[in-house]
Amino acid sequence: MCTTCGCPTVGEHSHDHDHGHDHSHDHTHTHDDHHHGDGHHHHHEHPTPSQAGQTRTISVETDILDRNNRLAATNRLLFASQGIFTLNLVSSPGSGKTTLLERTLRELGGKVRCAVIEGDQQTDNDAQRIAATGVQVKQINTGAGCHLDAHMILHAAADFDLASLDLLFIENVGNLVCPASFDLGENHKVAVLSVTEGEDKPLKYPHMFHAADVMILNKIDLLPHLTFEVDKCREMALRVNPNITIIEVSAQTGEGMDRWYAWLSQGMADARSKKA
Amino acid sequence: MHELTIMKNVVSICEQNAAGSRVTSVTLDVGELSGIVPGALEFCFDSCTKGTLLEGASLKIIIIEPQVRCNGCKALFGARAYHDSCPECGGFDIEILFGEELRVKELEVV
Ligand SMILES: Nc1nc2c(ncn2[C@@H]2O[C@H](COP(=O)(O)OP(=O)(O)OP(=O)(O)O)[C@@H](O)[C@H]2O)c(=O)[nH]1
Ligand SMILES: [Zn+2]
Ligand SMILES: [Zn+2]
Ligand SMILES: [Zn+2]
Repeated sequence: MCTTCGCPTVGEHSHDHDHGHDHSHDHTHTHDDHHHGDGHHHHHEHPTPSQAGQTRTISVETDILDRNNRLAATNRLLFASQGIFTLNLVSSPGSGKTTLLERTLRELGGKVRCAVIEGDQQTDNDAQRIAATGVQVKQINTGAGCHLDAHMILHAAADFDLASLDLLFIENVGNLVCPASFDLGENHKVAVLSVTEGEDKPLKYPHMFHAADVMILNKIDLLPHLTFEVDKCREMALRVNPNITIIEVSAQTGEGMDRWYAWLSQGMADARSKKA
Repeated sequence: MHELTIMKNVVSICEQNAAGSRVTSVTLDVGELSGIVPGALEFCFDSCTKGTLLEGASLKIIIIEPQVRCNGCKALFGARAYHDSCPECGGFDIEILFGEELRVKELEVV
């Protein structure tokens, strides 16, 4: 049991079944699975051992990510109560998340109080790059894990003095698939896409671009050397998410970063004004 | 491969609801837009249930096809992807009503 949030720690099964209330509804077992749409079934049957006892059906109807979502809601409330604007940066490996953060922190440093949570499978290379900018950073190694979850963020955030922060960046593990499913309690997911990856990424990884509110199109300094069509990419992103804000930058040269800073400052102002 | 995380959550939700009874069958609702690959869930089911109340249980996955509403003209239609356009007005601004589910629906216990 974890003392910070009272949840069973990852990988450990909870075995306290003595709830004072009944949280499931029993009914007799029928075989007419009715559901929305024209779903088809996947069966993965094992030979059932002959049973002396009667089978009972328990209706559960619980979201599989329920625990993550509840912890994410806790995080969101915590950040909101301190007026912190929190962003979850997601992308494929190498699109430039850390480079974007380094420049942002150097250029906003002094004016804005920032902190960074760095998710990485194995190394602390990114955390060291962030620390070199003078901004406080907390490293999370996910090991084989392909995404950060709300529980990790809850614990990492406990290491910061939240009352003294305006802006919290979470750099997720480089992966355009899994992090889309896990709410961390952020205000927005920011998808970073670099122009060397091809303009059709939003259609190939629609969940991520659907879940993100902003797409940073990075490495535009390389456009003269590529056949990448910016307009086509914008169109594809808007198809999977008509409300997505698209900001074209070069984290390397600094081109276009003004729009990113303007968007950040608007978000920080909103978060501050909603502070309880 | 977050199907592994998903399956561990399934096991823990089932164990809580089974309250000590042996689980013979688990039914999941999986929306086509949930980002989860049913085959990958099936693949890790045996290893995740080993040594739990679910050991030896069968897994049933009900695939839920997306139902969406066009925010432009309010038409209701089935879709297969986030970038499907409205058959009535051609717009891309759609709201997902069903199809993102990821849910333990029911258990059979003995
Ligand atoms: N030309 C160019 N190169 C860039 C730009 N931004 C980042 N890079 C380069 O792209 C490579 C990857 O950048 P990172 O910032 O480490 O990418 P990342 O997204 O943090 O990578 P992971 O954390 O491993 O997923 C580095 O060699 C950067 O120097 C840019 O705007 N233009
Ligand atoms: Zn905990
Ligand atoms: Zn990085
Ligand atoms: Zn329409």
